[in-house]
Amino acid sequence: MASEYHSSGEYIKHHLQNLTYGELPAGYERHDGEILSQSLWTFAHGAEEAKAMGFWAINVDSMLFSIGLGVLFLFFFRMAAKRATVGVPAGLQNFVEWVIEFIDSTVRGSFSHRNALVAPLALTIFIWVFLMNAMDLIPVDWLPYAASLAGVPYFKVVPTTDPNVTFGLALSVFALVLYYSVKMKGAGGFFSELAFQPFPKFLFPVNLLLEGVGLIAKPISLALRLFGNMYAGEMIFILIALMFGGSWILALFGGVLQWAWAVFHILIITLQAFIFMTLTIVYLDMAHAEHH
Amino acid sequence: MNFNATLIGQSVTFFFFVWFCMKFVWPPIMSALETRKKQIADGLAAGDRGKHELELAAKKAADKLRDAKVQAAEVIAQADKRAAQIVEDAKTAAKEEGERQLAAAQANIAQETNRARESLRDQVAGLAVAGAEKILRREINAQTHADLLGQLKAEL
Repeated sequence: MASEYHSSGEYIKHHLQNLTYGELPAGYERHDGEILSQSLWTFAHGAEEAKAMGFWAINVDSMLFSIGLGVLFLFFFRMAAKRATVGVPAGLQNFVEWVIEFIDSTVRGSFSHRNALVAPLALTIFIWVFLMNAMDLIPVDWLPYAASLAGVPYFKVVPTTDPNVTFGLALSVFALVLYYSVKMKGAGGFFSELAFQPFPKFLFPVNLLLEGVGLIAKPISLALRLFGNMYAGEMIFILIALMFGGSWILALFGGVLQWAWAVFHILIITLQAFIFMTLTIVYLDMAHAEHH
Repeated sequence: MNFNATLIGQSVTFFFFVWFCMKFVWPPIMSALETRKKQIADGLAAGDRGKHELELAAKKAADKLRDAKVQAAEVIAQADKRAAQIVEDAKTAAKEEGERQLAAAQANIAQETNRARESLRDQVAGLAVAGAEKILRREINAQTHADLLGQLKAEL
């Protein structure tokens, strides 16, 4: 399918572009040379247009897949919860109970305080991120090609390769960390934790700088780790997919590579979902802990 | 990397999902798991208790059986004794009865003998008187010699 594009660079760029809906300002020159006489709400064609839309634009594909997968997850788990019986579990209930017991033991292992939010939060993060990552296993061209047949120009199917998604998650977690830090230690306690250690009190600007960086690094590393892993994995899938445009030997080799990378990727998507969940639990545990 | 409102949309979605999960997914499944855990623990405890009770019952049954055996042996011994006694009693009774009948028979015989002797004596006396009468027709008056005759009768 790479042959439909003018160059492999264009193919890669196309695959990495979200379907962005936003407002283009008046006077903007579009990709086909048309100059807008007035501002226009539309789908962006290419990265420049998406950028020109500014902050108040939305990646429709990311939202569609993330909400779709989240609803799918909650639908099945809600079904299992409704049917949950004390008797011998079967099928879906068995699987759901297995997942929930796994999450519960993980939370018990790393979270040593009482908070009814943390376990469901961890479950949501793990399954949701896992499902979003798992979209990576669908061959890179299938859904975008189907979408292009339906007239949709861009279609990025893996929500976690969109930094908006990973940062959205990480910043939400960060908001919870701040909320519980203040709730558990009080604003003063939280501030003193940031300002009065590791060095003595009179060096509080240094302390504040160090601890502030450490605090800010939490959501950023959380978001970037997931985004980076998934983005790189997706990129490799795209590069492998480029081979399908070459000779049949190259295409065959590409097929083998894609299979091998997909198998390896199963590990990565699970691991990244697990890491995201575990770090969330640990950060929240730190937010609850009063150690000074 | 250009950020846009997807960031906010994602956060809102995330909080909604977490809320839903916390409200409608986690508690029912957790409560089912807890209840089942408790039921299994109760079941195991009940099983242990049942096993213990079974052991006790088996012991009790063995005790009862032993008691019953002892009692049965006693009953048999008593019955034997009683049977022996009954036989013994029967024997004694039979012996007594035999003796009694023997005695009655003997008494009967003696009576018969006496009676026979009595009649014999009468007849002999009669005969003797008759003989004496015949011999001493005149001299002898029956009335005068009644004493003598009676004496004679007694001597027979």
